[in-house]
Amino acid sequence: MIEYGHYALVLAFVVAGLQFLLPTVGAARRDEVLVRMGSQAAWLQFALVTFAFAVLIRAHITDDFSVRNVFENSHSSKPFIYKFAGTWGNHEGSLVLWVWILALFGAGIALFGRNLPTMFAGRVLSIQGLIAFGFYAFMLFTSNAFERLDPAPLDGRGLNPILQDPGLAMHPPMLYMGYVGFSTAYAFAMAALIEGRVDPSWARWLRPWVLLAWTFLTLGIALGSWWAYYELGWGGYWFWDPVENASFMPWLAGTALLHSAIVLEKRNTLKNWTILLAILTFSLSLLGTFLVRSGVLTSVHAFANDPERGVFILLLLAVAVGGSLILYAWRAPAMQSSALFAPISREGALVLNNLLLATACATVFLGTLYPLGLEALTGDKISVGPPYYNATFVPIMVPMLLALPVGAMLAWKRGDLLGVLQRLWVAAVAALAIGLLYLGLLDWRVPLGALGVTMGVWVIVGALVELAERIQLFRIPLARSLRRLVGLPRWAVALVLAHMGVGLTVVGISVSATGQIERILVMKPGETVELAGYTVRFEGVEKVQGPNWVADRGRFTVLADGEPVLQLYSDRRFYPVEQQRTTEAGIATNPWRDLYFVLGDRSGDGWTVRLYYNPLVFWIWGGAVFMALGGFISLSDRRLRVGAPTPARAAALARA
Amino acid sequence: MAMASSETERPQRARLLYLIPVAVFLTVAAALGWGLSRDASVLPSALIGKPAPDFSLPPIPGRDERGFSRADLGGRPMLVNVWASWCVPCRAEHPVLTRLAEEEGVIVNGLNYKDKPEDAMAFLTGLGDPFTYIGQDLDGRVAIEWGVYGVPETFVVDAQGIIRYKFVGPMTWQDVERKILPLIRELEREAGVAAATDRKEGAS
Repeated sequence: MIEYGHYALVLAFVVAGLQFLLPTVGAARRDEVLVRMGSQAAWLQFALVTFAFAVLIRAHITDDFSVRNVFENSHSSKPFIYKFAGTWGNHEGSLVLWVWILALFGAGIALFGRNLPTMFAGRVLSIQGLIAFGFYAFMLFTSNAFERLDPAPLDGRGLNPILQDPGLAMHPPMLYMGYVGFSTAYAFAMAALIEGRVDPSWARWLRPWVLLAWTFLTLGIALGSWWAYYELGWGGYWFWDPVENASFMPWLAGTALLHSAIVLEKRNTLKNWTILLAILTFSLSLLGTFLVRSGVLTSVHAFANDPERGVFILLLLAVAVGGSLILYAWRAPAMQSSALFAPISREGALVLNNLLLATACATVFLGTLYPLGLEALTGDKISVGPPYYNATFVPIMVPMLLALPVGAMLAWKRGDLLGVLQRLWVAAVAALAIGLLYLGLLDWRVPLGALGVTMGVWVIVGALVELAERIQLFRIPLARSLRRLVGLPRWAVALVLAHMGVGLTVVGISVSATGQIERILVMKPGETVELAGYTVRFEGVEKVQGPNWVADRGRFTVLADGEPVLQLYSDRRFYPVEQQRTTEAGIATNPWRDLYFVLGDRSGDGWTVRLYYNPLVFWIWGGAVFMALGGFISLSDRRLRVGAPTPARAAALARA
Repeated sequence: MAMASSETERPQRARLLYLIPVAVFLTVAAALGWGLSRDASVLPSALIGKPAPDFSLPPIPGRDERGFSRADLGGRPMLVNVWASWCVPCRAEHPVLTRLAEEEGVIVNGLNYKDKPEDAMAFLTGLGDPFTYIGQDLDGRVAIEWGVYGVPETFVVDAQGIIRYKFVGPMTWQDVERKILPLIRELEREAGVAAATDRKEGAS
């Protein structure tokens, strides 16, 4: 059976090549029929790789150990969900997911891009085909998930227990929807450079794709950090690890792109910059792929490494990134922007947003690659850790968050700064009051937390003020305000939600970092300890047998005012197949705090336990959900529905 | 006060600006290519085959009173693991060290690198303490003597106090089975010591 999948993959490889060639040749000859074949190739490629992917998944869930990939990464005793998700829990399988999502976006462009100018759509698909072609070659020549083993082993080697978590089912697909989704931005930028034309309608075609990718990337990163938080068992959620940075850099660049595309769409300016961002965003995604899979940087996330693979991806990187940047250097200077605007204006604010996001991205980039560069030049090995990022990231984020509510309320072309600040007085008062309150509540020695709270509240209330302004709350009767609220364009709602999300995340990070209460102690069964107003009773440890693990399970009862309110369990699991141990924290979440309990080693007749009280930690991910919600709502906005309205189609044709 | 957007009426010279991204990329690609040509986990150490450097480190306050010094090495093969509580891979490696100490009876000593004492203690109480001797290397001086590049790193020191092997990065159990344990067992035979089972003599 697996051979059918293998065969389909080879066919998809060929079709991707055709998807590149046919529209390119067609565009050169002005032959629309050839150009249109790009869409058909995209559809066919999608069908083929879907089939291949399905075959691989089937091999995983049916324990076909004659397939090397299944043997190396699975085991018959694994629960079903991890057999399924384990398909992409390894290097080769994750690449199949990668190209499948790429093909999904290709098919999406073929479907929704029908009212793009034919030539332009053909070029976009051809660039997509070229990227896919490179990745198919990479898979077939260095990382083939469809190889057989003969004789077939009786059972597999198992999957890293840390990956045996529902997070595996969701995190990589979402992350790749983001990473790979930015290939659309790249393809649009390349097509525009080749055609030598960038205008507001280009930005309008681009925006939904960037928005879609950005929304999924936001969710993917948040999910990954939440996974780290509950699975690694020590309460951290972000480590500035090279691989985390690899996903964060495209996010920062993509966020900048999202905003600069608005300026291009509305005001027909920032053309070169937007194109460059579109190229860089996907380039950073590719760089991330390289970093994870080449072993150049050591990281907890890295897949098994192989220098041959590294060379191949570096080649892909050189062609995709180097090629596009050379094209950019050649064609971009000719793109003229005409619109004028005052520095104090919405454009001005968005330029500031872009400058700061780009700086933040460069900061992360430097921190990630500096050790490598230094080693190349001097032979010294160093590692760059959280102190660097705290010292560099915070000063960039402060002006950014300060400017955010103001910029969002400024008018295009020439804004009234004083007027906007006056309207934002509520936000300023709320931010300062809550910030000071927080400072007093805690300790005067941790001003950074209070600064973060102030900034976060400023952004949240600022977004609410903007909403109130739009519906003229308290200025007109409430009923009419509500009617205005229902009638608000979706993009306006999306803007408020996404910006609130930023504020929520900032507050969550600040409060959980500075307000955490930690108790590490040895407890005997029956003993109690106080934790942030709760009483925690350690009930003892029992042996538990799971599907493919055995565990010591620690039981805790949480009492409030002497009454038991909840039970928490923390496991120390042992996976015999993989010969590894994991820790499962016991977590009770509510919007205001997490209780996070971890069972440690036996110590005499007691156990070492770590008990954490993490205030507002959930807001970090809640904020990300707000941002993503904003993304989805904005996507549903009529103005972005590329496929729908006929006037837009006529306009597009008129321009073409 | 009106600001023309960046790209109007630039002289030809400004075209060069557009080459900056390409130049940056070439630099990065060169670094990445160089990075590929080396194996990040195997680094030749100038110290292999040489006696371990002389050092004497204070204990982590609250753990014990002994600290860790050159005199503690030798007599039987041992591991010296460079770790820190702030190092994520060290946490990943920690169960491997624990298993080495508890199940294989290998003596594991720790060089606690540029760490806050209270963080280090929290790490040990939280995750367990497989180490026999631990010395606190606050300023990283001793780590420099040992030629440490980063954390974690693990040295195998034989019964004569000679450094025999160095592992860079977090060890997995496979690494231990393939490289560390066979070497330790061989060194034990060389030195005529029986595979140890009584770890942490005199330790807490």
